[in-house]
Amino acid sequence: MIRMGAKTMISHSLRIAWKDLMELFRNRMGLVLLILMPIFMMTMVGFIYPSETSLNSVPIALVNEDAGFGNYSLSSTFIMTLNSINENTGMITITDASNLDDVREMIQTGDAEGGIIISSDFTSNIMSGKQGTVTIVTDESNPQMSAMIQAVLGQVFEQMGTMLAQQNVQGLGVDANTSLAVVKPYNVQTKGSIEGEFSYFDFIAPGIMAMTVMMSVMTGLPAAISQEREVGTLDGMMVAPINRLSVILGKTLAQMARGILQGTLILVLAVTLFGVTVHGNILLVFALLLLGVFSFVGLGVVLTSFAKDQETAVMMMTTIMFPMMFLSGVFFPVEQMPWFMQSISKVLPLTYVADALRKVMVLGADIPAITTELSILIVFGVVMTAIAVPVFKRAMTR
Amino acid sequence: MNSKEKIASTQAEGEELLENKVMIEVKNLTKKFNGFTAVDHISFDVKESEIFGLLGPNGAGKTTIIRMLSTLTRPTEGTASIGGYDIVKQDNKVRQLIGLVSEKMIMYDRLTAEENLRFFGKLYNIPKNTLNQRIDELLELVQLGKWKDSKVGTFSTGMRQRMNVIRALLNMPKVLFLDEPTLGLDPQSTVEVREFIKKINRENQTTIILTTHMMTEADRLCDRIGIIDHGKISTLDTSTNLKKLVSGGDTTVLKLEIPNLTKKMVAAIQALDCVKSVSQENAAHLKIHATGNEAFDSIIDAARANKAKINSVENLQPTLEDVFLYITGREVRDKADNKIAMPNRRHFRPKQRIR
Repeated sequence: MIRMGAKTMISHSLRIAWKDLMELFRNRMGLVLLILMPIFMMTMVGFIYPSETSLNSVPIALVNEDAGFGNYSLSSTFIMTLNSINENTGMITITDASNLDDVREMIQTGDAEGGIIISSDFTSNIMSGKQGTVTIVTDESNPQMSAMIQAVLGQVFEQMGTMLAQQNVQGLGVDANTSLAVVKPYNVQTKGSIEGEFSYFDFIAPGIMAMTVMMSVMTGLPAAISQEREVGTLDGMMVAPINRLSVILGKTLAQMARGILQGTLILVLAVTLFGVTVHGNILLVFALLLLGVFSFVGLGVVLTSFAKDQETAVMMMTTIMFPMMFLSGVFFPVEQMPWFMQSISKVLPLTYVADALRKVMVLGADIPAITTELSILIVFGVVMTAIAVPVFKRAMTR
Repeated sequence: MNSKEKIASTQAEGEELLENKVMIEVKNLTKKFNGFTAVDHISFDVKESEIFGLLGPNGAGKTTIIRMLSTLTRPTEGTASIGGYDIVKQDNKVRQLIGLVSEKMIMYDRLTAEENLRFFGKLYNIPKNTLNQRIDELLELVQLGKWKDSKVGTFSTGMRQRMNVIRALLNMPKVLFLDEPTLGLDPQSTVEVREFIKKINRENQTTIILTTHMMTEADRLCDRIGIIDHGKISTLDTSTNLKKLVSGGDTTVLKLEIPNLTKKMVAAIQALDCVKSVSQENAAHLKIHATGNEAFDSIIDAARANKAKINSVENLQPTLEDVFLYITGREVRDKADNKIAMPNRRHFRPKQRIR
């Protein structure tokens, strides 16, 4: 008897979910927005927070005025080193220019982002024991660019210096293989806990995915139910001999499908456009998203029960979503926040979804590694559902 | 005490007309919203295959009664049963028996007529083949067969209302609730919907409860009418008997056409002892309820004394409109535009009004 009841309840829920999705897919405009939202979100966040590797092929004008010293020219060594470093990073593209005015004009027209000028007495000065001068011409409106060019030049000179020193010690009888260790005994390397490069985007993509799915369900559910209540169609369902819970379950399923669709879109964009790699199990990623929705949905239902109309429902949701977005460590690491915000962050389910998702996607964690987050989310979900079900039942027969 | 006698008497009269068993039983049903009493201890019975009308102005509590009986709202006090099932304790049994045509259209604009009906039909666990057949039959019944695959959003108001009605018939309900079924329809659609309601009642023996604020509708459709005002049933009887309340005895209903009508004239007529109520229908027309043999003369005299130029005098047969006016002392309108103050209201009201 109970099993029969559960079966019809599920089948009614599926009916309602299917009906909702059918309505969604008939709404062209809504569908377009549904797809555009994650695309905007991703491209915006992706380009606003550029990782170092995203700076590439910056056009730089190069003026070589060096007259050389006899038939010896240090500037050509300089350019060679610059080119060989650039081959690895691909950060800049070098264009030749004749003089300073030429470079300035190129910056103004946008043909170059900055310039490097090797002075005419570069080689002769160095050979005669003075300093060689290299001038950097920068675009004042873009301080980031000047810093980048300086960093590149720093590398070039360091490498040139090392090479020169290596030649010198080799002259003293040290063999070529150990000469580097003699000149530069210390070598600093950065390494993350996983192989490959780790950009800001890798940190942020799982969070955005979690957030979009949650937001979709959280705003979608109250809006959908209060909209049906306003239009009157909810009465049509309520007057039928169905379990009251099928309505909420069906609506949740539909919203979940919507959210997962957006989440998948984000994942695809992150992988194809921004080179994010999923290190963990992809099924675990989706399971986490579903668990996230479960932990949230109760809260959405409670708010739905209290909201009188659609407008109120949406406003309630937005009010809750905003702090949640910023406090759950989706955009900024929780550790950077003041202590009181950190404590708020600890009671937001989104924090744990984003955390667990990050661990799985970036660190390739498996279930045992995220048991803490999983259990917190399950407890959260169970408690919220236990509150939500009676509240909703009451609200439906006011 | 008084109220119970009244109900008993109307029941007795009802049974003479229809010897069917009681389908809906309402006892002291009450609904309060934050201290405001929308429905105030109402009691009535509806027999099987009867068309029962709840007549009253907007805000009288009609919709709340329907919502309580159709299990959408829980009563604050009192009980009601439909087909023997309690509306609170056995709500799912009740839901199997009833169909609801709500004031708002219960329909999804983005789905087609067929998809809408299929969705709601599935909620009643109707087997697939039966449901398909029933959907086709119902659509044909209201001449919407060829619009089967069109989205409901593209339908005219009349078509939508017909859809709204057949949606409620999917589960072949024993009891059908209709909340203002002809609200906002043009005269032609109104007639169509009314005919359809009668047809369902006749052919399927469906018990129907409908609410309306339109007197003609109640008059044409309903076997019995309960007049609702301020959440209470003030009178409950057949249309004919209700009208007898007004025309019986020595009541006169006059319609005067006075082109140079002034407030002073109206006041003078209202002041007459024999006049029970005056309502100004427009700039030149007055409708007057009066009692006594001298009524006609006194009214004309009072009007003439105020230099009224009387174009015509009509002695009207009472309509349900007059009944409502007679019983509640005001017209069936929203409370807000009830402009003319009614004198001597208490003079005749207490006898008829159930409190």
